[in-house]
Amino acid sequence: MELRVENLTVARGGVPVLEGLEFTLSPGQVLILRGPNGSGKTTLLRTLAGLQPPLAGSVSADPEQITYGAHADGLKATLSVEENLRFWASVHGIADIAPAVDGFNLRGLLERPSANLSAGQKRRLGLARLLVTGRPIWLLDEPTVSLDVASVALFADAVRAHVAGGGSALIATHIDLGLQADTLDVGPFKANAQRPRADGTRDAYADFDEAFS
Amino acid sequence: MIALLVRDLRLAMRAGGGFGLGLAFFLIVSTLVPFGVGPEAAILSRIAPGILWVGALLACLLSLDRIFQLDFEDGSLDLLATAPIPMEGIVAVKALAHWLVTGLPLTLAAPVLGTLMNLESPGHYWIFITLLIGTPALSMIGAFGAALTVGLKRGGLLLSLLVLPLYIPTLIFGAEAATRGTAGLSASTPLLMMAGITAGSIALLPFAAAAALRVNLR
Repeated sequence: MELRVENLTVARGGVPVLEGLEFTLSPGQVLILRGPNGSGKTTLLRTLAGLQPPLAGSVSADPEQITYGAHADGLKATLSVEENLRFWASVHGIADIAPAVDGFNLRGLLERPSANLSAGQKRRLGLARLLVTGRPIWLLDEPTVSLDVASVALFADAVRAHVAGGGSALIATHIDLGLQADTLDVGPFKANAQRPRADGTRDAYADFDEAFS
Repeated sequence: MIALLVRDLRLAMRAGGGFGLGLAFFLIVSTLVPFGVGPEAAILSRIAPGILWVGALLACLLSLDRIFQLDFEDGSLDLLATAPIPMEGIVAVKALAHWLVTGLPLTLAAPVLGTLMNLESPGHYWIFITLLIGTPALSMIGAFGAALTVGLKRGGLLLSLLVLPLYIPTLIFGAEAATRGTAGLSASTPLLMMAGITAGSIALLPFAAAAALRVNLR
C-alpha cells in the first residue's frame, strides 16, 4: 500500500501552514519528518490520517490502511495495561496481543492500572497499540517523547520489523532513531505568509511567525 | 463496536467512572421534594409523575459532558476516529452506554422512589413505562449536544443550554403520559408522540453528532 501525496496544502484553523507538498511513502520505506516546532508536522500527519480535510491537493491512501500515533496515547487510567491493549486490538479485529506486549516489554506490567505507569511506560503502551492495529502505514508524531535509550531501541526494532514485513512509517521526530530512513524536511514547503495577497494586504500572522523563525 | 460498549461500561463501573452519579442525584431530588412541598399526600401524589420526570431529566443531564469529553482529552477520540468503526457507530454505542449507565438505572429506580411521593397504584407502572421509552431519547439528544461541545473547556454550561430546549418535548409528552396513566385516563397519544421522538432521535441524531464530532476533531 503506497501513500502518495500530491500538491497537498494543509491548514490549521483555516490558515495554510504547509503547501505544495509532494512525496511518496512506499511499502518498506521509513520517512523521517523534520522541521522546527510549529512548522506544521502534526497538522500534516492529522491531515494524512484523515482527521482533517486538506485545503488543496490529494492523499492517495485509504484511511483504513493508516494508523495514527498522536502526542496523546489514548489510554484509560482506570483500565489495566492489558485491558487497554485488548480494547484497541478488538476494535481492529485482532485477537493476539502477545507480539505487542513482548515487542514493547510490557509483560511485567499487564495487570497494572495505566494510572500507575510512568510517562515512559505509558508511551510504550501507546506505541504497542500500533502493533495491534494491523495496519500497514504508521504515522507517528514524536513517538520517542519520554522514552529512555533502551525503549527507543525497542521502538526502532519495532519499526524495523514493521517495514521488513512490507509496512511503512512516516515519523515526525527530532532525534536520530538509528533507522535506515529517508528524510523529508517540511521547511521548503512552509506556506508563504509574507507573500502579498491579491488585495495587497499582508497576513496578520506573518510578523508573529517571523519572530520565531 | 461491542468492544467499545464493554470498555465504556467497564470505565463507568470503575472508580470515578460516574455510574451512580445520576442515580444518587435522582434519589436526593425524590427525597427532598416531600420535605419541600409538605406532607399532604394528595398534593404529593398529584405532582409525583412530573417531579419524577424532571428529576430523571436533570439526573441525565448531569453526566452528559462525560460522553465524549474524557475520550477527547486523553486522545482516544482521535484514535477511535481513525479506527475501523464508523463515527456514527461510535456515537450510537456511546449513547447506548450512557443510557445503560444512567437512563436504565433511573427507570428501574423511579417506581420505588415514587413511593416516597405517595405515587398512586397504577402510577408505578406508568412512570416505569414512560421513562423506559423516553430516557433513550434523553441519552441520544444528550450525546448530540456533547458532540457539539466536545472541544470546549468547561463546556458543561453551554451543553446544558443547548440540550435543555431539545429535552422539553420529551419531558412534556413523558410527564403527560405518566400523569394521565396514573389518573386512569387514556395515555396513548402522548406515549406515541414520545415514542416517535425517541425513534426519530435514534434514527437521525447519530449522523448529526458524527458530523459535529468530525468538525470538532479538526
